[in-house]
Amino acid sequence: MSVPRLETAIGRIRMKNPVMTASGTFGYGTEYADLVDFRQLGAMVVKGISLEPWAGNPPPRLAEVRGGLLNAIGLQNPGVEGFTRDYLPALRELGIPVIVNIWGRTLEEYEAVATRLEAAEGIAGLELNVSCPNIKEGGIAFGTDPAMLERVVRAVRKQTSRTLIVKLAPNVTRIDPLARIAEEAGADALSLINTYPAMAIDIETRRPVLSNVTGGLSGPAIHPIAVKLVYEAVRAVQIPVIGIGGIVEARDAIEFLIAGARAVAVGTVNFTDPTAALAVVAGIRDYLVRHNLSDVSELVGSVRGP
Amino acid sequence: MHADVTSRTIEEAEVALQQTLGPDYRLMTLVSPNIARRARPGQFVHLRLPGLDPAYLLRRPFSLHRAVGDRITILYKQVGVGTAAMARLRSGDRVSVMGPLGNGFPPLPDGFHPLLIGGGYGSAPLFFLAERTSQKGVVFLGGKGRTDLLGDSDFKALGWDVHMATEDGSAGCKGLVTAMLEKWLAEHSSLPTVWYACGPDGMLRAVALLAVEHGVQAWLSLDRRMGCGAGVCLACVVKIQDPEKAGSWKWARVCRDGPVFESRQILWEGEFA
Ligand SMILES: Cc1cc2nc3c(=O)[nH]c(=O)nc-3n(C[C@H](O)[C@H](O)[C@H](O)COP(=O)(O)OP(=O)(O)OC[C@H]3O[C@@H](n4cnc5c(N)ncnc54)[C@H](O)[C@@H]3O)c2cc1C
Ligand SMILES: Cc1cc2nc3c(=O)[nH]c(=O)nc-3n(C[C@H](O)[C@H](O)[C@H](O)COP(=O)(O)O)c2cc1C
Ligand code: FES
Repeated sequence: MSVPRLETAIGRIRMKNPVMTASGTFGYGTEYADLVDFRQLGAMVVKGISLEPWAGNPPPRLAEVRGGLLNAIGLQNPGVEGFTRDYLPALRELGIPVIVNIWGRTLEEYEAVATRLEAAEGIAGLELNVSCPNIKEGGIAFGTDPAMLERVVRAVRKQTSRTLIVKLAPNVTRIDPLARIAEEAGADALSLINTYPAMAIDIETRRPVLSNVTGGLSGPAIHPIAVKLVYEAVRAVQIPVIGIGGIVEARDAIEFLIAGARAVAVGTVNFTDPTAALAVVAGIRDYLVRHNLSDVSELVGSVRGP
Repeated sequence: MHADVTSRTIEEAEVALQQTLGPDYRLMTLVSPNIARRARPGQFVHLRLPGLDPAYLLRRPFSLHRAVGDRITILYKQVGVGTAAMARLRSGDRVSVMGPLGNGFPPLPDGFHPLLIGGGYGSAPLFFLAERTSQKGVVFLGGKGRTDLLGDSDFKALGWDVHMATEDGSAGCKGLVTAMLEKWLAEHSSLPTVWYACGPDGMLRAVALLAVEHGVQAWLSLDRRMGCGAGVCLACVVKIQDPEKAGSWKWARVCRDGPVFESRQILWEGEFA
């Protein structure tokens, strides 16, 4: 049998396979350059960029918990100017679509970041982070309040001609209305999920493990939550959905594809194995061969009834 | 921040040997040819431990204690689930090793005497440095008790002058290693020295203060909780003086920009601008 087709598209972004690396878990393209063949990735999403450089939270910023990680990095980043000057040139050389994750504390900041990036070359798309649990201002409020979500997506849509992906928060009562609002406001795609708000306490010191008290949970523990939300979001909108959350190996990614995701992003597992995303690509290919499928699109949304 | 990151690799290494080093510490030797070949003193490896409950995902960072031929050795203390899994490994077991990571200790400048200051397993990278430094110097080892003084006979065998201190007085001088260092300095004030230190933060901070007081360069190897070990997650950050803007600070990643920093670069807790 011939090699199955893995190509997929998210908005106008053409990907050679449906596997990307998730924001905040793969750096800016240079950190893993000697360990990973980037050209085998479908795309990469860089860490959240804001208008001004941002220091993030004091350490401890990360804790290992059963089934995942708790992080409160607090969106440390070099700011949009520092990013385009110091990091974008190397990202352009990767030979894969680069998606820039952006965030702001106010509507105006989101707009301004999008405007600055519109002028830069070598960016395939923007991923709007309206769902980070780790900053006090703005952050998750944009992703959980329907009116604010609509305003921020509309505002950024006006500033960018690039593919616009809206990254949704998992901690909402229902995902479908928010998914629909993002679509109507001009999103080309949705990605979900971001980390889930969570907390850990050191029982010896009786203090929260993270300096920020709470953080965002990622890793295998959140995978089934993500599968449910992807499944529901896919049913609510026409635009493509990117499945994120707890992918460790190919079968987790395949689950997202079957639930209806057009692509997936691999996050926390990169810390254990920076080549994990490449193994996911190979595993999806093997699965297609084993199931006599010639194109990954045959898998997307193929979930059956109970 | 004084040398470029050398090329790293991830390799499946075979456990060659596990040895105990007193009641609390162990040595694990791995056959890891590609890392052994590239390793420099002060660099570390990030280990994925096969016996660790798979519910725990992260690798664990350890200093390189030795690199000889195709083998690397780690000196470790059992403190939690990962190091417990490590202690259960036997010859022939396989461990995924990522490394060598970070910038090592910068080489000793000509005309200077090396002083090594180690607390507990902090002596691990210092021994590697002593092995690779032709000029012999002085080693100061400290710990809570006798069993925390690691490798004194190995340093002596290399021809280094070893001084020891324990907080409980069970071996060497009673007291802190930095008090012993201070006394030594008073007696050798004319000798030009460069210091290399690794150990708990409290010790490193005291070393940093002494270095400023004596106008000496001191290279400190820091220990911070890590996620990726590769510079991407920003978990392991420490505040350093911004070399481009006097009076302001920036974050440095211990895994990538360190783990070795010059003592004046570091802004300790409570010194925040
Ligand atoms: C650059 C570097 C070099 C190190 N070199 C050595 C060495 O040579 N010998 C040695 O015995 N130990 C060394 N350590 C500390 C060692 O990494 C920890 O003791 C080990 O990670 C503990 O894992 P655990 O699962 O047993 O502990 P747990 O407490 O169960 O671990 C829980 C989590 O916290 C992290 N963690 C716990 N303690 C530490 C610590 N002190 N430093 C960093 N992370 C920690 C673990 O990696 C894990 O992610 C080094 C740490 C760093 C950063
Ligand atoms: C250390 C860390 C940093 C992250 N930084 C960002 C970020 O800057 N912007 C963002 O939208 N998501 C960020 N995320 C969330 C991930 O992109 C992803 O949505 C989440 O971790 C779930 O996927 P996973 O379980 O595969 O890690 C971060 C996650 C981690 C663990
Ligand atoms: S451990 Fe991830 S940046 Fe240092």
